[in-house]
Amino acid sequence: MSVAPTLLAVEGLTKSYGGIHAVRGVSFELRAGEILALIGPNGAGKSTCFDMLNGQNRPDSGHVRLLGEEITGRKPREIWRLGVGRTFQITATFATMTVRENVQVALISHEQRLFNLVGSAARVAREEAGRLLELVGMGGYADRPCGELAYGDLKRLELAVALANQPKLLLMDEPTAGMAPRERIDLMRLTASIAREKSIGVLFTEHDMDVVFEHADRIIVLNRGTLIAEGSPEAVRSNPQVQAVYLGEGLVYDARHREGTPA
Amino acid sequence: MAFYVVQFLTGLASAASLFLVASGLSIIFGVTRIVNFAHGAFYMIGAYIAFTLTDRFSGAFGFWGGIVVAAFAVALIGVLVEMVLLRRIYHVPELFQLLATFGLTLMVQDLVVLIWGPDDLVGRRAPGFKGAVDFFGQAIPSYDLFLIVLGPVVLGILWLLFQRTRWGVLVRAATQDRDMVAALGVNQKWLFTSVFAVGVFLAALGGALQIPRDAVHHAMDLRIIVEVFVVVVIGGLGSIVGAFVAAVLVSELNAFGILIFPKISIILVFLVMAVVLIVRPWGLFGKPEAAARRTPGLTVNPWRPLTQNERLGALAALIVAAALPLFAGNYALTVGSEIAIFVIFAVSLHFLMSVGGLASFGHAAYFGLGAYGIAFLAKMAGLPMIVCLLLGPLLGLMGAAVFGFFAVQLSGVYFAMLTLAFAQIVWSIAFQWVSVTGGDNGILGLWPEKWAASPSHFYWLALGVAALVTCGLRIAVFSPFGYALRATRDSLLRSEAVGINAKRMQWTAFVIAGTTAGIGGALFAYLKGSVFPDNLGISLSVDALVMVLLGGVETVSGAVIGAIVYKALNIWLVSQTDLSKLVLGAFIMLIVVVFPKGIVGTLEMLLQRRKPLAPPGPTILAKPIESAE
Repeated sequence: MSVAPTLLAVEGLTKSYGGIHAVRGVSFELRAGEILALIGPNGAGKSTCFDMLNGQNRPDSGHVRLLGEEITGRKPREIWRLGVGRTFQITATFATMTVRENVQVALISHEQRLFNLVGSAARVAREEAGRLLELVGMGGYADRPCGELAYGDLKRLELAVALANQPKLLLMDEPTAGMAPRERIDLMRLTASIAREKSIGVLFTEHDMDVVFEHADRIIVLNRGTLIAEGSPEAVRSNPQVQAVYLGEGLVYDARHREGTPA
Repeated sequence: MAFYVVQFLTGLASAASLFLVASGLSIIFGVTRIVNFAHGAFYMIGAYIAFTLTDRFSGAFGFWGGIVVAAFAVALIGVLVEMVLLRRIYHVPELFQLLATFGLTLMVQDLVVLIWGPDDLVGRRAPGFKGAVDFFGQAIPSYDLFLIVLGPVVLGILWLLFQRTRWGVLVRAATQDRDMVAALGVNQKWLFTSVFAVGVFLAALGGALQIPRDAVHHAMDLRIIVEVFVVVVIGGLGSIVGAFVAAVLVSELNAFGILIFPKISIILVFLVMAVVLIVRPWGLFGKPEAAARRTPGLTVNPWRPLTQNERLGALAALIVAAALPLFAGNYALTVGSEIAIFVIFAVSLHFLMSVGGLASFGHAAYFGLGAYGIAFLAKMAGLPMIVCLLLGPLLGLMGAAVFGFFAVQLSGVYFAMLTLAFAQIVWSIAFQWVSVTGGDNGILGLWPEKWAASPSHFYWLALGVAALVTCGLRIAVFSPFGYALRATRDSLLRSEAVGINAKRMQWTAFVIAGTTAGIGGALFAYLKGSVFPDNLGISLSVDALVMVLLGGVETVSGAVIGAIVYKALNIWLVSQTDLSKLVLGAFIMLIVVVFPKGIVGTLEMLLQRRKPLAPPGPTILAKPIESAE
């Protein structure tokens, strides 16, 4: 993996809202096939940072490059066309369609058939949609109305939709938020195995440290809009600054005790 | 120079009433999230009651007292309406709220005629403001000067009310987050009722204050509501300052527009509105709306194409319909042609509204443009009928392309208001531009050629086109385009994140729907042998909405069934009563409150219940999960 090309390069990303610096000079890189976790306490600027990567939010300054191509400030749909899949903290799916149709719409868009007025959408990429659903373990749900799925299943559907354009990069904003503990682990294991197999770079934010430390190759830590640490899970775990941010400096709670718990 | 100053002051005076009505609409929307289409109706009732009171009671006290009492009386009516109607529909999709308040407007139109008669009523001059002030040889009515002062005074009073009273604080809090206000123990019911009362009071006061300037008549509600919509779109819905600035702007544009384009003064307002929409889609003082409630949303039944048997059934129904000339007389055939034409009209709106999630309140504009297209081509260019039928709808296409481009920049209630305003603009052009459109007299003598002249032939033509159009749009619904369009309706966020350019999809849908409506209008012109401004009027737009709603807004086939049932009922009703608007309005409110799924939707639901439940899917990870929201 050391020879993998740089997929995403973020440089000096800055955004402020009326004098409050939400994100300040954040820079990092992500290589193909690498799983990078972006963590930080509430209000650290994770979501703002995330939204700037796929074009939902425009940075005040700084650059985002995808395989060397400048994508700063482009629209989400253009960035998607360059091979960036995205899942949302609160799922966004097409509630009046079946599970399969949800994936088919993404495939229709990927195949540039959006303005086909006479064909039958049900036949477009039916197998491919089924394959993607099988991949995320939703094959048996293909004909169910999306509106009646349980939340955990919606998250997996989102993953299938995000994989539809054969992405090089997956952006997952709190992929396991709102899920039961067992499901969190299953979903992230699934994501990690797909990413490794297809050499997809994954950037995800997460509050569940078990998920983060089990799957991330590398972790970057945001606090108050600035990057305070970057490195392997071990390095980040033992970083005193990160410990201070997460555990406070009062030392009412023994940091060594925390280190001893299994990841 | 003096002339322009006077013109400017006239504009300012007109702005006062407009501001009162627009601010009332804004306040109500801010808290209840309902765009009150009936606001123009309250304005009109205010004017009528004030007319009666000021007529009955003489003297200055009688006049000013009458105006204030009228406004209070209408506010009381507003309270009743809020408690009886609106409280039942706060939770329903916004389309239904718009329609219910529109139904109320229709009822009021007939009631007003019933009580006060159809004639224009000229009110008393205001005591103390009867004269005019001389301004360099130009006369300015002193009542205008009073209104010019009144506008800013009311703005100031409203500001004090919202900044300095406990009630105002609650209203501002509810405007930002009404659920939080309710969670803090404020009685939401009475807050909503009082806000509605204040908004209606302002509308009625605006109407009452107009009587010394303008005659009172039963069409003033639509005129004001369109202007008010333009004002809130420009100023920003929910902003009182925005309402004031935009009211002044619109009134001045009207005042000076008359000098520049005497026939079509409204064009100037349209141009300004277009510019504002491009630069600031949420109005000059407005804030972007948080994600609107989805327009449909009563069920989550995925759509599917007809099964083989259902197709055969539809074909059989078509064959039966085609056999009608074998046993029906000429009148029945004419009615049949009209129904077929309205099927075309309804399915075109369905495509935009149910598939695209864009509820147009001015769809008749494109129907009417198609009809006028025929009139121009046949009467002025003298082209043969078949060429006219092919080219006429292109006028609908062009109209939809231009207006649709601006309309799709907005969504939800803004979209509804904007489409209504556009339709009214087209209507006033048809009405005012007498030299081209014949104005109110319309264009007559558009008869079909011999091959289509007999009722049975024309019926077959209309039926055939209706069948083709319906099939075509159904194919489009299930095409990749149709799915992508529905995707933008279901989740804008997700569709953008999978590379779909929502505005382009919606604009395309708007043009398709407008062109299709134009085809209906083209046939309609030949059926009636004439075109009138009414062919693009609001009541026709509402007809289309009701047809889709009656059939079932969340179904694919609803529009066809709705059009047939509604049009047949309508033709029968008009032959039975003069108060068709009263009945229609009540009917609309009834559907919205007790029957929101429509005919086809209700049938589908019944079928669904009878079917055994689908076998459950594999159960890995299928256990219920706590929801994230």
